[in-house]
Amino acid sequence: MDSKNVLSIWLVVGFSLLVNGVLILGAGLYELIYPPLHKVVLYEYHASIWWGAILAIIGAIYCLRFGPKRRKG
Amino acid sequence: MRPATMSTSTLVHLSPVDLAIIIFYFALVLAIGFILKKSSGTSEDFFLAGREMTAWVAGLAFLSANLGSLELMGWAGNAYKYGILAAHWYWIGAIPAMLFLALVMMPFYYICKTHSVPGYLKLRFGAGAQTLSSISFAFMTVLMSGVNMYAMAVVMKVVLGWNMHTSIWVSSVTVLAYVALGGLRSAIFNEVLQFFLIWAGALLIPILGLIEAGGWDGMKARILANLTAQGNAQGGSFTHLWSTLGTFEANPMGINWVGIVFGLGAIISMGYWTTDFLVVQRVMTAKDLRSAKLAPIIGANFKMLVPFIVILPGLLGLALLRDGSGNVLKLVSNDLAWNSPQLGLHGYDEVLPLMLARYCGPGLLGLGITALIAGFMSGMAGNVSAFTTVWTYDIYGAMINKNATDEQKVKVGRWCTVWGVIISIVTAYMCKEASSIMDYVQALFSFFIAPLFGTVLLGMLWKRATKAGGFWGLLAGTAASIGMWAWVKLDPGAVRYIAMSTAAQDQAQNMFRALWSCLIGVVVLVVVSFVTEPKSAAELKGLVYGETVIPSEGKFAFYQRPLFWAGVTTLMFVIVNVCFW
Repeated sequence: MDSKNVLSIWLVVGFSLLVNGVLILGAGLYELIYPPLHKVVLYEYHASIWWGAILAIIGAIYCLRFGPKRRKG
Repeated sequence: MRPATMSTSTLVHLSPVDLAIIIFYFALVLAIGFILKKSSGTSEDFFLAGREMTAWVAGLAFLSANLGSLELMGWAGNAYKYGILAAHWYWIGAIPAMLFLALVMMPFYYICKTHSVPGYLKLRFGAGAQTLSSISFAFMTVLMSGVNMYAMAVVMKVVLGWNMHTSIWVSSVTVLAYVALGGLRSAIFNEVLQFFLIWAGALLIPILGLIEAGGWDGMKARILANLTAQGNAQGGSFTHLWSTLGTFEANPMGINWVGIVFGLGAIISMGYWTTDFLVVQRVMTAKDLRSAKLAPIIGANFKMLVPFIVILPGLLGLALLRDGSGNVLKLVSNDLAWNSPQLGLHGYDEVLPLMLARYCGPGLLGLGITALIAGFMSGMAGNVSAFTTVWTYDIYGAMINKNATDEQKVKVGRWCTVWGVIISIVTAYMCKEASSIMDYVQALFSFFIAPLFGTVLLGMLWKRATKAGGFWGLLAGTAASIGMWAWVKLDPGAVRYIAMSTAAQDQAQNMFRALWSCLIGVVVLVVVSFVTEPKSAAELKGLVYGETVIPSEGKFAFYQRPLFWAGVTTLMFVIVNVCFW
């Protein structure tokens, strides 16, 4: 939806997922390099890395699809 | 290896990256409010988001308005307490009602162009029914916002150790800023954002939980073993949806299929999803009739999936949670756990944060906590925006200033938002002083829903229903509901008359109270209607079946029509119920 061409809600969602995904991915990579003293259960699956990457990719797709340039075109 | 939770006074500790994710969320919602202020100049913009939403946005907002954190944490806790029976509130307790709203009731709400459900009552039954409904709704809505605020403060204190005053004031100022600036549009934006955050933050729990438990069968075996070891003979019933509903005693909820099918499926859920203005308002923002009918159907499909991030974590908690010594962790009532922190116990409603802390390291934990905060704030914003609309149109516009200009309505709406938040804060502090107020407010809210459904439904489907019938039916149903609740409070033994069994737990009592109050309201409406003068056919145009021409949805292929997708949704609904029978 374009709110009277002010802001696309999907762009907001995409931006949020992208930023959160990058932060989570970064935290996961940091934990991979410097393993924490107290690990969460199933730490060996490194959920932060792949879940962060999935969120960042989905967010990036939304930003590209619903970004200002695309909407004008 | 141990979960990073058990040895500390608070449930989890946030890292800098977790705090960055939370701060980013607050910055984003405030930015949305400021950007959308430009597009909320008229009353249609401020109160109904310009009626320009697509079916997807309206549908997700419709669902998210109900997907608050009280709901998420409460039902995960109920799944721990009652087992998979809690999923009924997401399936039979939601899907048929959402489809009914889409196909049967939405055309009337949409055609008569009302701004609210009390607004429809005024058109159909006159000012008396509107006044009764709008005052009770406005009052209860704003109290519910305060309950949400208090619940958030408690959860943040228990989970993170945050100061309750800080939680109350930060959340209320943020909600005030974005609703007062952008109106309903801003609230809807945040609801859709919250929907994605909740899935992003919670979906990992069932995935990792099922891996740890050894799949669905492994989880069932662990639940049975844990409950049997605790002396609970009903362990097997925790993972069956229907097969234990033959008698009240065969399941942990103390309910039978009559209560679930008729009390929950036919009355409570129908009342909530079709007449509670908080959720219906979201669908009213749709850009055309086809979108308005599709929106609840889209919402229904996602609603069907919510048990996988709410009910399943509750069941996984029952199967997997251990204390610091490796023994099964037994959760207790919230009151006991939260009022006696020195005992080191955890309440039922903590099962979702406990599971979050079990699997989520830095970053993921921040996202999960952000999703909970977003859910709480969305719950507050939804209640405040619905209160603002009903107050402005059905109380101020109908009783105080009947000739209010568009500009005056927007001004009143913004001030109402301020007052709504102030009353919410007062309610939150009242709950803080006496937490039982929270239970009373939630019980009070339920008094109005079931009788309202009977009144609106007969208003839409029965031409003979009269103005006096509508008013007295609504009043009698509400009074009956309050009366039954008070009766059980004063004499707990009365539950055997109202819920037909002394084994009936709180949820079962709610089901039967709703069923009786709706029936009493309908009987009074019918009897009074037969002895009073009906409206003429011309007056009923656009309000009742038989006197209304439903406009065409336009020329679309069969797979683009609401009826087709309602059929697909029904099929999915049957499949999930059979799968978990």
